[in-house]
Amino acid sequence: MEEIGNLIQGFATVLEPFNIGVMIIGIVLGVIIGVLPGLGGANGVAILLPLTFSMSPTSAIIMLSCIYWGALFGGAITSVLFNIPGEPWSVATTFDGHPMAQQGKAGEALTAAFTSSFVGALFAVIVITLVAPLVARFALKFGAAEKFGVYFLAFCSFVGLSKEPAFKTVVAMMIGFALAAVGLDHMTGQLRLTFGFTELLPGFDFLIAVIGLFGIGEILLTMEEGLRFKGQSANINLRVVLQTWMELPRYWATSIRSCIIGCWMGITPAGATPASFMSYGIAKRMSPRGKNFGKGEIEGVVAPETAAHAAGTSALLPMLSLGVPGSPTAAVLLGGLLIWGLQPGPLLFVEQKEFVWGLIASMYLGNIVGLIIVLTCVPILAAMLRIPFPVIAPIILVLCAIGAYTVHNNPFDVIMMLVFGVLGYVLKKCDYPLAPLVLALVLGDKAEEAFRQALLGSQGSLTVFWSNGLVGSIMLLGLIALFWPTIQNGLARLRPRRAV
Amino acid sequence: MSDESNAAESGPSHRAIEIAVALLALAFGIIVLIGSLQVGIDWGSEGPRPGFFPFYISLFIIVGSIYNLAQATFLGGIKQELFSSWEQLRRVMAVVAPTTVYVALIPFVGIYVSSLLLIGVFMIWLGRYSLLKTAPIAVGVPTVVYIVFERYFQIALPKGPIEYWLGL
Repeated sequence: MEEIGNLIQGFATVLEPFNIGVMIIGIVLGVIIGVLPGLGGANGVAILLPLTFSMSPTSAIIMLSCIYWGALFGGAITSVLFNIPGEPWSVATTFDGHPMAQQGKAGEALTAAFTSSFVGALFAVIVITLVAPLVARFALKFGAAEKFGVYFLAFCSFVGLSKEPAFKTVVAMMIGFALAAVGLDHMTGQLRLTFGFTELLPGFDFLIAVIGLFGIGEILLTMEEGLRFKGQSANINLRVVLQTWMELPRYWATSIRSCIIGCWMGITPAGATPASFMSYGIAKRMSPRGKNFGKGEIEGVVAPETAAHAAGTSALLPMLSLGVPGSPTAAVLLGGLLIWGLQPGPLLFVEQKEFVWGLIASMYLGNIVGLIIVLTCVPILAAMLRIPFPVIAPIILVLCAIGAYTVHNNPFDVIMMLVFGVLGYVLKKCDYPLAPLVLALVLGDKAEEAFRQALLGSQGSLTVFWSNGLVGSIMLLGLIALFWPTIQNGLARLRPRRAV
Repeated sequence: MSDESNAAESGPSHRAIEIAVALLALAFGIIVLIGSLQVGIDWGSEGPRPGFFPFYISLFIIVGSIYNLAQATFLGGIKQELFSSWEQLRRVMAVVAPTTVYVALIPFVGIYVSSLLLIGVFMIWLGRYSLLKTAPIAVGVPTVVYIVFERYFQIALPKGPIEYWLGL
């Protein structure tokens, strides 16, 4: 097994003192980001990305991915203690987590949440370790048409699997593609869609969009709700942790099911949020204590947290092996790769072994370190949430502005950040999903390049996308994903007829 | 004030905003369409010309927006509720307005002074904190930012006349 050797080398890289330090800083920052309103995984990583420009790519990705793991952990704290999901994927955790806290079982709920997160992540990392190299080796055979097929599949799954209306998803996604097209056309070197404005020459940077849409937009949403943090206090001590750990193995079936749901939803870019809801829903239906869900059932915490963390982690699998990120945060990490001068995609596994396996090894260690940090730091983090919003909001705004400025040292970007922020607020309230917009903005150039190269090879004939079994099946899968809701309705209608 | 008591229940309807968003997206789609036509959407000597791909993207935006518009106007797939109350919008504007001023100030006075002002305005105006509690945070945050970014990571942030006068 070549992979095991590579992984061991990866661990050797991660265990360098500098990388361990970077990992701990990343996790701590990530948990803080996950706890604070308005700062989430995606925009937190985007803001901190410029700080990594001077690091080696391996240390940089370790720090940024650890911020991501930290943010995934942090989301649970606000859900359980304050009934406020710090991240969209922890909404389902509030259903049973907060009632548990109200009954004085906050410690149990948090321990269950953190441990389940850890289990989900570990499962996903093992999947990545085993599957990603195979996918990458397979993807090395891909030509332009197959590459476009993979993008097509990714974006179709968004439309078919998202809970937002399909046409709104399409519009949001296409706005992303259009924004990505602004500026220089890389294939011909010609300018387009700039309409003579010099500010538009460099095009729209997705980092600015991420900071605006997710950061500023989220603050505006929080402000609208006018929240006052009224939280339960938590007391986690070793006894509570051990007691909960004794109880958790009982839910092994829920745990395994949630892991699989999470990995599936993370690899197809449906993301952590639907994964957590789906896992919660299925657990409620399958559990013998299903009726108690929503009243403080520990299984109702295990299911969404496991799935969310499994999905969040496995979203890196397609990012590493195919260059297609499975979530907005994975998209930001992919943008980081480009900035550090690495070419995302299957060649990464051949040319950048140290980088890839360092990252994978850091996922194992990062999640262990994360679990220890969150279990020990809950009181401090809960105190941080009690900082009043008028104090924390301007500080977050300042951090967003600095993050947006440092991407290109351009004050115009700060203005764009604010525009994206207001846009994000309005779009989110009107059920336009933001993740496909960001992903299209990141992948727009690459998808277009693959599309045009494929067409160049076939002299403009669209049949190139069905020219062999491989690309044909990828495209077919894409179409199935696109029309999945319709297919599902059709199947549901067929069933009762058969019964009659 | 009678205005304030009514403000809690009234506000722009969800439908009105949905229509506005659909129209904006439609306008954006048309702009992209025009831009694509300007650079050419057919095949040139080098293959598909730069407008080729954005042209089809713009068609998706236009068709999708027309459908969303129809849904918001006569197909009736829209929530019959308020987008948000005027009171809620006032709170949102209480963030947007100072942030707009903040963003506009950055090129002139630099990021440090404008950040100090933003935090100060937020805490005193929205949070009703005393000057004594506000000042340490308003001065402290930009100072920490300066030390972390300029000193430690050596990333230059926009500065204004005051920083130059201080010789930073």
